[in-house]
Amino acid sequence: MEIIRMEKISKVYPGTVALDGVDFTLNKQEIVSLLGENGAGKTTLMKILYGMTAPSSGKIFYNGEPVRFRRPVDAIEKGICMVHQHFMLVPAFTVVENIIAGSEPGSNVFLDMKKARQEVVDLISKFHFNVDPDVKVEKLSVGEQQRVEILKVLYRKADVIILDEPTAVLTPHEVDDLFAVLRRLKDDGKSIIIITHKLKETKEIADRVVVLRDGHLIADNVDPSKASTKQFSEMMVGREVNLQARRPSKSIGDACLKVSNLSIEEDGKEKVKDVTFDIHHGEILGIAGVEGNGQTQLIEALTGLRKPRSMKLTLNGKEITGKSSDFIKAGIGHVPEDRLLMGLVKEMSVMDNMILGYHRESDFCKKNGLLLQKEISDYAEKLKDDFQVKASSIHSAVSSLSGGNQQKIIISRVFSREPKAIIVAHPTRGVDIGASEYIHEQLIELRNRGAAILLISADLDEVMALSDRILVLYEGQIVSESMPGELSEVEMGLLMTGGNYMVEEGKHHD
Amino acid sequence: MINKVDNAKRIRMRNSFTNSFVALVISLLLGMLLIGISGYSPIESYIAIFGVSLGTVKGFALSLSQATPLMFTGLAFALAYKVKMINTGAEGQLYAGAMAAALIGAYITNLPTGIHIFLGFLAAFLAGGLVAFIVALAKVYLNANEIIMSLMLNEIIILFTSYLANGPLKPPGSGVGQTEMIADSAKLTKLIPQTQLTTAIFVAILAACILQYVLEKTVFGYEIKVTGYNLNAANVAGIHVSKTYLITFALSGAIAGLGGAAMALGVNYRFIEGFSSGYGFAGISIAALAAYNPIGVIFSAFLIGVLKSGTITLNRTTNIPVELVDIIQVLVLIFVAAPALIKTIMKWTKKIRVKSGKAQKTYGGENS
Repeated sequence: MEIIRMEKISKVYPGTVALDGVDFTLNKQEIVSLLGENGAGKTTLMKILYGMTAPSSGKIFYNGEPVRFRRPVDAIEKGICMVHQHFMLVPAFTVVENIIAGSEPGSNVFLDMKKARQEVVDLISKFHFNVDPDVKVEKLSVGEQQRVEILKVLYRKADVIILDEPTAVLTPHEVDDLFAVLRRLKDDGKSIIIITHKLKETKEIADRVVVLRDGHLIADNVDPSKASTKQFSEMMVGREVNLQARRPSKSIGDACLKVSNLSIEEDGKEKVKDVTFDIHHGEILGIAGVEGNGQTQLIEALTGLRKPRSMKLTLNGKEITGKSSDFIKAGIGHVPEDRLLMGLVKEMSVMDNMILGYHRESDFCKKNGLLLQKEISDYAEKLKDDFQVKASSIHSAVSSLSGGNQQKIIISRVFSREPKAIIVAHPTRGVDIGASEYIHEQLIELRNRGAAILLISADLDEVMALSDRILVLYEGQIVSESMPGELSEVEMGLLMTGGNYMVEEGKHHD
Repeated sequence: MINKVDNAKRIRMRNSFTNSFVALVISLLLGMLLIGISGYSPIESYIAIFGVSLGTVKGFALSLSQATPLMFTGLAFALAYKVKMINTGAEGQLYAGAMAAALIGAYITNLPTGIHIFLGFLAAFLAGGLVAFIVALAKVYLNANEIIMSLMLNEIIILFTSYLANGPLKPPGSGVGQTEMIADSAKLTKLIPQTQLTTAIFVAILAACILQYVLEKTVFGYEIKVTGYNLNAANVAGIHVSKTYLITFALSGAIAGLGGAAMALGVNYRFIEGFSSGYGFAGISIAALAAYNPIGVIFSAFLIGVLKSGTITLNRTTNIPVELVDIIQVLVLIFVAAPALIKTIMKWTKKIRVKSGKAQKTYGGENS
């Protein structure tokens, strides 16, 4: 039975067409995966359905009736709810308080907390959510927080649940839990739309797949069991892609970056505990781990942004100490965790951002402190071409670029300075397939030129595909070192969540 | 083809100037309404205000001389704002600068005019800079709030200079709190006789141009912008952030100090207690009106100068209360401070134009 029908939806922004006559239907008790690259229009389509933006043209029917949502509240009233990618929870509130916030039961003045709690407890047991209703949200893991978000929409009596990139922040195990929850919801009669660009998960959970590309509908009734991941990615990108193939290093040289006895304390807690490792020339060392297990602190120590309690860091035998500028000068590149927060100045131009961190080098300024405008703009033009940064000009503000092209600015700026060693964090987070593929290629190429690369990524597939050696970081300690392929994804997932004991045991059987 | 669509900075700049302009127009209209309600003729009043302050040599000179200290304090605020620091201390820095310049002017003698004036400005520059530097040190190393620190320091400086002007530095026989008159060699040249318009205005314009140049063309300006827009990115890029804060804020105070020198050497020829009619705080709004662009500050300060000059002449020639003109000034600033309000108003007017079929309907855009 059809519950939602969107007909010939178009959305035109000045200068771009985000959606061009897209049809979309959702049936009752169905899980639809809305697949597409960043910028394909999938989020825009869902925002239109959810009342966050108005379509330029097109019609929406809900249970056969034409509807027009002016704001999300209208959609929620009809039972269409959205779980956003970034959780909107109050950390200091309990699970129950978070769930009822905004639709508190009781009279207008007094809150009927008892009734609210009972309702939430009922929901939790009905769908086997496995969350403590009275614990504060700040104490919960990311996966649990997501469950609270889903409980929130169920509490608002949602029939249609839209999930925006729900697995982006989850570990493999948490993804399984999430999918189990979604299946139970479906059995209860809910309809679910998942916005995603992850193919494996699409194949696992979806009943039907809808593919968008550049604002056009490419396919709207693909049976996930009938199409391969390769076919899906080609539908998304429009050409052949080659993302997961491993290209191991052919020549790994001597140790380049040596880190020993690295311990970091933050707020009285030990975040990184006596970590020692080295990276060789021509090697990508991958660090896998669930976010929040010391990665951020590790990156900050290795780039001079934080004073660790203890660390000895040598680059080609020379010890490096001091501030971040000393680390940059010594030849340690840095692709930061969050490009807009730490890597770029979005208000400034592409050109200005392409020299950031290297702006004091003699290629870009005179001794008297004057910027060499001509040289900088020539350099920026060259980088823009070399790294295929899609921007209308080097003078465009970075904020006007897509995530993939923003990331390419950082990659181009660091990689073209030929760093001896480089700390690369989440290089393809929120980046579309095309750009991801390109960034991976660049990483491999930099490695082949002899750089020592530390790759820290929450995307386990990425770590496993690119690394020549893999460490697993759990609660600030290295709990495993393995060669790619040595451990399965399940084993890695276990190690990442602290289950090293079982994996160690499993290894003995080999 | 060059920079047709994509010079994002230029577009942003233009948008802020449009906002400021619309704010100005709206407040002038509201001002007319207020004057009308109060029982005076709006048209006559506006003619009185602008006719004199723009249309006569003396009035125009008065507008420019009123604008001069405002340019300095406006630049001071705009510069600090580039690193997202709020310099509420311009008033105190102005007093410190004026006192320093007045002392140099009065107690050092036998100097050639040019050098004497230069020394006066230099002393004011250092005095204002020192005051701001103390605040910046506290901000950077003690995590103090620069807004409150500056405000408190204002009190201290204004009261202390007032004590000096009423006590140890008071010339014998003087009835008011002031210092000795400065030597002739320290007096700024008048551009038009019998007005207060002096060469100080050139110093202000020069300061604006230098600031613009530094911000756009130098490594230091680049680092100021990066630090102001994105502190984390500045750290990652190895920029010495605390140094940037210290120098920028001290420079901001130094520029406000120059404003004090302009008053002491060009208008009062001495330090007079309470000489500033809130020039320091007016700088905040002047910078905002100029969208924090140094060159823009020249014009926004001139605009407020025109209104101030209008107020003064209005007071002499008509019986319209000057408070009404003050209200217009305040209205301008309220509207500038609320860009979202201006955008909404612009959207309404666009809608009305679309409805009446006068404007071309743009395809796409914001949906109604």
